[in-house]
Amino acid sequence: MKASKTELIVRALENGTVIDHIPANRLFKVVSLLHLDETEDKITIGNNLRSEKLGTKGVLKIADRYLQPEELNKLAILAPNAHISIIKDYQVVEKVRLSMPNDIVDVLQCVNPMCVTNKEHIATRFHLLDAEKGTVKCHYCERVINREDCILK
Amino acid sequence: MKSNGLVSITDYSKDDILHILDLAEQFEKNPNTRLLEGKLVATLFFEPSTRTRLSFETAVNRLGGRVIGFSDAATSSSSKGESLKDTIKMVSNYVDLIIMRHPVEGAARYASEVAGVPVINAGDGANQHPTQTMLDLYSIKKTQGKLTDLTLSMVGDLKYGRTVHSLLMAMRYFNPRYNFVSPPELRMPEQYRAFCKENGIEYHEYEDMNRILNETDILYMTRVQQERFTDPVEYEKVRNTYSLHNSMLEGTKDNLRILHPLPRITEIAEDVDDNPKAYYFEQAKNGVYARQAVICSILGLV
Repeated sequence: MKASKTELIVRALENGTVIDHIPANRLFKVVSLLHLDETEDKITIGNNLRSEKLGTKGVLKIADRYLQPEELNKLAILAPNAHISIIKDYQVVEKVRLSMPNDIVDVLQCVNPMCVTNKEHIATRFHLLDAEKGTVKCHYCERVINREDCILK
Repeated sequence: MKSNGLVSITDYSKDDILHILDLAEQFEKNPNTRLLEGKLVATLFFEPSTRTRLSFETAVNRLGGRVIGFSDAATSSSSKGESLKDTIKMVSNYVDLIIMRHPVEGAARYASEVAGVPVINAGDGANQHPTQTMLDLYSIKKTQGKLTDLTLSMVGDLKYGRTVHSLLMAMRYFNPRYNFVSPPELRMPEQYRAFCKENGIEYHEYEDMNRILNETDILYMTRVQQERFTDPVEYEKVRNTYSLHNSMLEGTKDNLRILHPLPRITEIAEDVDDNPKAYYFEQAKNGVYARQAVICSILGLV
């Protein structure tokens, strides 16, 4: 019953993107990351839905929009296990798998207040250390940061 | 090994490190050369550090090069609000090499990206000070005859001490064994303990220095800074506990040498100075040779 409902809404999207399996506590961060709070696109937001993998999850359906590579990179940091489906003419035409990029440019802000990126006008840059643990290292101040502590720019 | 500078000790491979140490040995035998004749070097000290600046400027002068620069940001245009980028761009028009110290972490990496000439990091806040690490390695090799299979005991402020962090990483190629001796609040950070585990390096943590002295080859002392403590009573307690006295050196190994990045306050009593195991003043002198080696290597002159 539940599956068919989900399917129904996906089908209801003529063209656009579905982001599924977002951890429930990150859903609204994803919303602001993709600037969905400022868009005029039609959006469906579901949260605290039951998920066998995550316990609870969030789902986003965005009409008439396809995510750009840099948006996918940002999403990979917030919700690395999200499922992304690209819908065209009511059909899932592509599933995108997210992966943390090796070089994360100008997406995160360094948590170190003494880092040069917080003092001068510079694009931030982080190197992925461990994709599984989600640790990144600031290219400038060399501070190692865990995914949970990452701040989006 | 001409390169665009030395910002972090992690820029150097094992071979790079050994190459610099060999060069430093040559400069120690013959410190006065004309290798830098006709070259101009800028020493940009956005925060004062007389010891480091004099060491670098001695290195340049003994190589026959010339120096321009400033020793305090108050006398530079950054006090007028000029961005770091503009200062570096401007200076790199004038010189062949920039040596800089800056209180902001990552400033040297950024400078190396905007400068048209190589940059040597002479300290960027709590982050890196790679030539200090090179002179530490040189001092270890010189006093022990080798870098491999040594027991290094690091004592004092292991949390904020950037010299111990860089040394810990640089020694990973040489199968070290570490003793970390500190009060619990200044313990070696998780990032570096994890580094040891990943690299299969044995380490032990202690609060009492006396437990490790007799098994130590290199005793690396650091200064415990008062500003790290909120409670002045705690600071007084720690300051007295992590203080080395000559009497404590009885029964230690003959090859033991005591290093300290200086300046020391109370962590090494003055009665240690005359003990042949005290090496911290020679260590500072080795800094000139290590810096001569780094400078000439970066400029492709050797």
